[in-house]
Parts: sequence; C-alpha cells; structure tokens
Amino acid sequence: MVLITRKIEFSASHLYHNPALSPEENRRIFGKCNNPQGHGHNYALEVTVAGEPDPVTGMVLDLKELKEILEREVMQRMDHRFLNYEVAELKGQIPTCENIVRVIWQLLDPKITQGRLHHVRLYESQDLFADCYRNGAAS
Amino acid sequence: MGVKVELGRRYRFAASHRLHTDKFSEEENARIFGKCANPYGHGHNYVLEISLSGDVDPATGMIANLADLDSFVNREVLEPFDHRSLNEDVAVFRETVPTTENLCIEIFKRLKSFPKAKLERVRVQETTNNSFEYAGQ
Repeated sequence: MVLITRKIEFSASHLYHNPALSPEENRRIFGKCNNPQGHGHNYALEVTVAGEPDPVTGMVLDLKELKEILEREVMQRMDHRFLNYEVAELKGQIPTCENIVRVIWQLLDPKITQGRLHHVRLYESQDLFADCYRNGAAS
Repeated sequence: MGVKVELGRRYRFAASHRLHTDKFSEEENARIFGKCANPYGHGHNYVLEISLSGDVDPATGMIANLADLDSFVNREVLEPFDHRSLNEDVAVFRETVPTTENLCIEIFKRLKSFPKAKLERVRVQETTNNSFEYAGQ
C-alpha cells in the first residue's frame, strides 16, 4: 500500500457561538472566537489517499483528479466564505477544526473511488490542527 | 463505519541538555554521544506536537477546550522545561540521559493525565531535521 498526499490552502472566516448558551457562557468558553463579526484563518488541508499503484500508470490516483475533487468539494464550498453562514454542511455546528475536518472527510470519502481516503489533516494555524481517520484504522 | 477525530496542538520551548552518563567512561561518552557530550551542554528550540482524541462535544464543537489544554501543558511541561537545563532542572534527567527519545516519554507521562481527552501521542522535534514520537507503548 502506498500513501499519496495533496495539500491545498483556503481562506475563510468563522466565529464560535452556541445560541443555546448565554452570552456570558459563550464568552467564557469561546473567548475571542466569540466576537460577533467573526474572524478568519488561512487553512491548510492535507488529504492522504491509500492504495496500490496501477501497474500501467504507476499511480494510486491521478493527482490531477484528486486536485479536481478538492477544488469541487472544498475550495468552491469554503474558500473565501464565512463558514457559519455559507457552508450548508456546517449549519448547526460550531465550525471548529474538529468539526470542519469531519465535514471535509464526509465530503471527500464518497468521491474518492480510486484508492481509499486514509487521512485528512486540517490546520487552522501552524500550531492548531485536527486529524480525521477512518474509525478502527491505525492512526 | 464512523470516523475518528484527533485534535493536534503545537508548543515551543527552548532548553539545554548534555548527553552523558556516569555509567560510561569519558572516552565512551565521547565516542557514543560525540559533540552532544561536550561538558557544558548545548541547547535546542524544541517543538512539541501533541494529539488528543475524544468525543467532539456538540455544544462546543471541541474535543478539548484550548484554554484548558494550554494551561495544563504550560504547567506540566513548558514551565518546568522552557529556558531550563534538562539535565539539572528536570529531576528524571539526573538519572536518565535527556535524549529526545527520553524527553518524549517524560512528556507523555506528564500529559497523559489530562482529564478532558485521551492523549494519543507526543512528537518532539529537536531540530528541523530530527523528530521523535511516543504513543505510550
């Protein structure tokens, strides 16, 4: 089995706010991330696909095809968007790294038909990221 | 089949160390540890990367609140290690050599009691060319 990884970057804004909690609780739990007009990040996404190289092409999955999937599923949905208001899949969820990476996994997994989605890592900053794996798979 | 989500966080600290053990002669120390055995020690900018797993709380979207995690890591690792001599200032390294392998194990021991999520692994980068990982086994 060989792993291939493609990285993309997108910029988006978000804020953390749970309407079920009081303004004071929102402030205490989410701190500056609760500022009402939101703020943004340069996100970096690493997507890893596992598989056997095709004997003819030598490829697990054509990186061009992976790039197109990422463009369609992630870039067009999230790049230069306000994640709370403009990404349907995140409606009703706090757009933390943990939740965004899970949404991205769910978007990509059915689209990757050559090889198998193995690992998705989303960086919100250099020092904060979340990983998503298939349950039961070794991390 | 579901997915498993992990939260990753990076921290930085600067510390000095010397790789040397009283169990060997000076010649053996010099042969095994090379420049790292120089008597007054030397330092690194360490990068610590930790991964935690757990349920993502639907109310907060988080595996662990970063303020809780940061203050825990600060108390357990950064305060005692940053701008310190690992050999002199961290008790365990009076007995064991402060290689980055041993540093990973010590940091894992200090962080595994974090109450809000399960520590999966620690990775310590000693320089941009060397990194070490420990997952508790």
